[in-house]
Amino acid sequence: MAGRNTLGSLFGRSPIGPIQEHMQVAFEAAEHLPELVQASADEDWNRAKEIYKAIIESEKNADKMKRDVRRHLPKSLFLPVPRSDLLVLVGIQDQVANTAQDFASILMGRDMRFPEKLAPAVHELTQTSVACCGQALAAIQELDELLEVGFSGREVKRVEAMLNELDKLERRTDKQQFNLRRKLFKLEDELHPVDVMFYYRATALLGSLADCAEKVGDHLQILLAK
Amino acid sequence: MEIIAQYGSVFLIMACLFGFFMAWGIGANDVANAMGTSVGSRALTIKQAILIAMIFEFLGAYLAGGEVTSTIRKGIIDPQVMEDQPQLMVYGMMSALLAAGTWLLIASMKGWPVSTTHSIVGAIVGFASVGIAVDAVNWGKVGGIVASWVVSPVLAGTISFGLFMSVKKFILDTDDPFSRAKKYIPIYMWMVGFMISMVTMLKGLKHVGLDLDLGLGSKFANAIPVSALVGLLVAFFGAMLLRNIKDDQDPDNRFASVERVFAILMVFTACSMAFAHGSNDVANAVGPLAAIVSTVQSGGEIAAKSVMPWWILLIGGLGIVIGLATYGWKVITTVGRKITELTPSRGFAAELGAAATVVTASATGLPISTTHTLVGAVLGVGFARGIAALNLRVIGNIFMSWVITLPAGAGLAILFFFLFKGIFNP
Repeated sequence: MAGRNTLGSLFGRSPIGPIQEHMQVAFEAAEHLPELVQASADEDWNRAKEIYKAIIESEKNADKMKRDVRRHLPKSLFLPVPRSDLLVLVGIQDQVANTAQDFASILMGRDMRFPEKLAPAVHELTQTSVACCGQALAAIQELDELLEVGFSGREVKRVEAMLNELDKLERRTDKQQFNLRRKLFKLEDELHPVDVMFYYRATALLGSLADCAEKVGDHLQILLAK
Repeated sequence: MEIIAQYGSVFLIMACLFGFFMAWGIGANDVANAMGTSVGSRALTIKQAILIAMIFEFLGAYLAGGEVTSTIRKGIIDPQVMEDQPQLMVYGMMSALLAAGTWLLIASMKGWPVSTTHSIVGAIVGFASVGIAVDAVNWGKVGGIVASWVVSPVLAGTISFGLFMSVKKFILDTDDPFSRAKKYIPIYMWMVGFMISMVTMLKGLKHVGLDLDLGLGSKFANAIPVSALVGLLVAFFGAMLLRNIKDDQDPDNRFASVERVFAILMVFTACSMAFAHGSNDVANAVGPLAAIVSTVQSGGEIAAKSVMPWWILLIGGLGIVIGLATYGWKVITTVGRKITELTPSRGFAAELGAAATVVTASATGLPISTTHTLVGAVLGVGFARGIAALNLRVIGNIFMSWVITLPAGAGLAILFFFLFKGIFNP
């Protein structure tokens, strides 16, 4: 007799928790990058391989979770925020994991090791980019609190403050990326041209990782806009 | 007349059995919706929910169930049409009980969304219009009842929407939601006490034999100060319970402590929900039974005025309690597990909105569906952006239950009616 019950079937699965978990996993993929860069600087390729594996694993999980979130958001659900915005949001979150993996695979594919003179700048940029992702995750973690207050008032302001912080971090990565490129430009003559090409590629990917994090924040803000 | 004299006690026993069967079905299935919200939001354990259901369902039925019972008993059909053949009334009401009970059993085994109210109303309209005469049905009244099925979910939704918006404004969206919750929640408790007391004063006390007169003119005016006082007592009692809740700062969920304050409030709204359900739905089993008993006992006179014997309510109440104990707890657990998304701050708004609507309908004698009203109330909270995900297909299911349950109840009742007529009529 326990089959369908009118009241029981009224409640759909909340997308909030799964979206937060998805961002968590996407962040975990990015979180490994500073370690990976360090391992390549130390030329500890065994360690690097392990880290790379972990990144691929996280990216794969994120993909699976993305599909799962989308599958559980049928049109018949009535949500406190637009359904289409949530669907797009998971896609953008997924880009964080994808970009992290792209960077890692360039590094691993070419046994890439940044020149000594660039190492501090590369580290700095990696750290800040990952910090952007961390800040985006922290903002996404506020989704359940936002739901608790019905997506209004003080909690929205709180999240907006977090997003401002995210913007600041992203601007910092822009600056760091520019400085890194200047340094690289000055070293170009000393380096192998193909290496230089890929140094630029890798640097750009670190920059887009921060961009992705910022886009997650942007989209969260669209979600909150009335 | 002879038939009733001849088979009087047979009719009585059968009617009691069918009435009990129906009440059992209500306890086994229907109560789950009224209590499931509280269990789902973890405001109550399953045992507490059953205890509250047993006490307040009975109180609701006894103190505020009179009007709906009398609608079911003699409001839908015109007793005068059957004055010459009182046995038709007995057959009809027995078949209505049996039809509604059977339909509920089939439907809940198949997992279809059904409403006890719709089954019994459909069954009564069915046997009366086909078995007796189209004119035997008081169509004006039936129209009003059907309209109330549309109005009640909308009304409940509106009240819940307002309640949740007030919670958002005065408690959740503030600097210190925890102490705000402790300060404002007794007001909602007052509302619960006031509402139940008003209905009891207006509709219930004459059953108990009490009559209160403060000399304020109307009955309504007399009831207000007393109910306000009862509300204050309830709020005071609630505030005492709230004092024990401490704010433990949980960094992961800053609202965890606030929700625990709301959980206490939900104990009160759960009581009101059980009371409301008792006041409206017990009549579905008790009304037809009362009609049969009064016809048989008066020796065939379809006495529209006679008082309802107390033991009829006891059968209804007992049936519900046994239904709860044998099967209902299982359904409550299932429903509760499915609606964990409903936190106490929302669950209370839904319950209070639904209970207020149901209790008002009970006081005006309108049999409505508690479940559908509760669905409307939950949707109201959803429209206030309070719930993560609501499945709008349920609204379709509700329309389905209208389209299926009314003819199914009617068809079965017609079948049983002619069966009884064939067995007993010479």
